[in-house]
Amino acid sequence: MAKTNTRDRMKNEINAGSMADIAFLLLIFFLVTTTIAEDKGILVRLPPWSDEEPDITRLKERNVYSVLVNANNQLLVREEPMRIGQLRENAKEFISNPRKVANMSESPKNAIISLKNDRGTNYQTYLAVYNELKGAYDELWDELARKRYGEPYSDDMPFAKRKAIKGEIPMVLSEAEPTNFGEEN
Amino acid sequence: MAKFSKKRGKASPAVSTASLPDIIFMLLFFFMMVTVLRDSDLKLSVNTPEVTQLTKLDEKSLVNYIYVGRPTQQYQKIYGTSPRIQLGDKIATVDEIPLFLEQHKVKLPEAKRPRITSSLRVDGKVTMGIVQDVKTKLRKSNQLRINYSAGKRAGDARN
Repeated sequence: MAKTNTRDRMKNEINAGSMADIAFLLLIFFLVTTTIAEDKGILVRLPPWSDEEPDITRLKERNVYSVLVNANNQLLVREEPMRIGQLRENAKEFISNPRKVANMSESPKNAIISLKNDRGTNYQTYLAVYNELKGAYDELWDELARKRYGEPYSDDMPFAKRKAIKGEIPMVLSEAEPTNFGEEN
Repeated sequence: MAKFSKKRGKASPAVSTASLPDIIFMLLFFFMMVTVLRDSDLKLSVNTPEVTQLTKLDEKSLVNYIYVGRPTQQYQKIYGTSPRIQLGDKIATVDEIPLFLEQHKVKLPEAKRPRITSSLRVDGKVTMGIVQDVKTKLRKSNQLRINYSAGKRAGDARN
């Protein structure tokens, strides 16, 4: 009796019908878990190259928010030393100028941020400063979007709305040729 | 008698090979994924800084990568310890950037070319001198859309 039993079992084949499903399951698993190294960062549009020096003398001084970063990674904002942590709030106040202070920008449309660094400045510091300045604009855009359209500013917004907001508060960031005092390595 | 014939009939309990193609395809897909997504062999140590205002790059084929950083330990004998530029998988100088951009550009259809982005993967501890040289070269070769590649800074609710 026992013998016939084993023989009966040997006759059974493994059901391979579900093998394909298992394979697909594995495939999907690998597809999902393989980390696609996402590339994120700060998107910047460089100005086209021209051999002439840009003429900045006709700009009113009150509209220019000058940020200097030296080779020791220290900040000088409108002739005053500043820490990176304060930069965002300060820049926002300068651009929007809610109390119409005489030495801040006439309107957000006129505000110009001038960024100048040294060849010895750390890239990390430079990017942190850039990040704060961009953050200041991002926050101003967000505030305007909420006030006008009742929704936060995002890339999913209709293009016309984004354009209107950016027309109201255009981000003008000019980068000067860096100075060459610090030591490069 | 019946016993004998029975034994012969089930003598070949072959494992079905019907699923073999699936398995092979699975492996194929897996390796395709891995080889396409693998970054070019980095000869530099690049530790990008962390920031808060991030933008995501959408189309991967429109992005070319320029690495700036110090050579890793094993390459320091050949390339020294000062920051270098890597294009593709070889160490290069600033003057080779225009050719590199052109080689990337010709592979793409005309309509997509204005959206080409250069992603600068720069080590945080590098000084701005070499970065500035790269930027100047990019401007001169009319490649104006650039991306300072960076990681996300943790502990900040704002995106």
